[in-house]
Amino acid sequence: MFISHNFEMDSFSQNPEFTIHSFFTFLDTSIMAVEFEGGVVIGADSRTTTGAYIANRVTDKLTPIHERIFCCRSGSAADTQAIADAVTYQLGFHSIELDEAPLVQTAASLFRDMCYRYREELMAGIIVAGWDPRRGGQVYTVPVGGMMTRQPVSVGGSGSSYIYGYVDSNYRAGMSKEECLKFTAEALTLAMERDGSSGGVVRLAVISEQGVERQVILGNQLPKFSTV
Amino acid sequence: MALSNVLEPAVSGFNFENSTRNIVLENGSEEGKIKAPKPMKTGTTIAGVVYKDGVVLGADTRATSEEVVADKMCAKIHYIAPNIYCCGAGTAADTEKTTDMLSSNLTIFSMNSGRNPRVVMAVNILQDMLFRYRGMIGAHLILGGVDCTGSHLYTVGPYGSMDKVPYLAMGSGKLPALGILEDRFKGNMDLEEAKALVSDAIHAGIMSDLGSGNNIDLCVITKEGVDYIRPHRESLYNYKRQAKYKYKPGTTPVLTKTVNQLELVHETVQMMETAGSS
Repeated sequence: MFISHNFEMDSFSQNPEFTIHSFFTFLDTSIMAVEFEGGVVIGADSRTTTGAYIANRVTDKLTPIHERIFCCRSGSAADTQAIADAVTYQLGFHSIELDEAPLVQTAASLFRDMCYRYREELMAGIIVAGWDPRRGGQVYTVPVGGMMTRQPVSVGGSGSSYIYGYVDSNYRAGMSKEECLKFTAEALTLAMERDGSSGGVVRLAVISEQGVERQVILGNQLPKFSTV
Repeated sequence: MALSNVLEPAVSGFNFENSTRNIVLENGSEEGKIKAPKPMKTGTTIAGVVYKDGVVLGADTRATSEEVVADKMCAKIHYIAPNIYCCGAGTAADTEKTTDMLSSNLTIFSMNSGRNPRVVMAVNILQDMLFRYRGMIGAHLILGGVDCTGSHLYTVGPYGSMDKVPYLAMGSGKLPALGILEDRFKGNMDLEEAKALVSDAIHAGIMSDLGSGNNIDLCVITKEGVDYIRPHRESLYNYKRQAKYKYKPGTTPVLTKTVNQLELVHETVQMMETAGSS
């Protein structure tokens, strides 16, 4: 299998150099994470595709890495599951050695190390988000290629292209937890409306000092926008 | 245990020596292009459902070799552990060997630790192995089982991706089977309902997919034990052979007959030293 370096996740099938013998299972996705005072809100859609077939319409792309650190997975399902498992082990070991809760930055670095070292073999776009006692809520994005950067709000996956404008114009620093939840749910709904590879339900999670609260917004309960 | 290596020790891993040659052959000049042979896939419909007391797995029993039915009663539900069974779709050899290896690993683990294996363990071992082989092992598996944490149903893809869901269908006949499952699946069904649902799902796959057919096998796994129903439903088109193919003695005329009596001359017993004996 030959994978060219600069292909986009949503147009790989048009790339003539990309030869595949069988379909990968993909998490072409919409994922998002927002920092707020006291924690982070993370969200994802729930669709996994194999070619044009939806292999799982209720996927959980918000994967716990540690008690108060989660990652949002996009890209190849197999690659991201394997990376998340490896990082969970490494971070757990590190935390036991240190006898302290790990930093979100440490988790993000572990993801970045793996995604950068094996960048030729992997197809993974990951958003790491969580809360630690030292720096509070943090969002780090580790896109395809293995860069790592901290951002107050980050979107990822194939559906993210459609909501950059919405996110840029509607994000304000200092939003409350409820405002962040509403913002994330609306952004992901808009992405799911327009992106064929995203859909299903919206899974949300709030990570803070108190712990993790998870919720699901079913298809018929999603916010309504007029799409003419 | 002593293994005899006649020529050279077996090299581990896949042998990619011929891949460059194959690419050159396939992309040759217009007249010189050679079509690579297609890998043998057995069309299949497999399905699984979690019900009130456990898991029901189902599979068709047809193994095809291109357009010929190679095996009319092939067993696609493989034993993994006393409480875990696995349906396999994709390349038949890969699913057989992978499930065998998994079963051996789990048996060793059971003996070592004195614990019953859990379904999630089987899934993790499979994921590790299939991810390591980067999709080269064409095994699309449905794992179902009941352990101390409850009843579970997982699917593992050839690249190492895993999904945990209450109902599933895989194989070339998965689309019609999934239609039946999406329509009639409910949480907490009872046994007869669940068996009927899986059986109907496989039946839909058999009717609508040329690669699936013949009989339907079911495997019901509960905390108490396993009921492997093979076959659960037989095909209506079971053809009974009209005549036997054995030739009667006397069909081939015997021209001459010679009998040589062998004489036992000498008998000795020799103890052999085997590598494993202490």
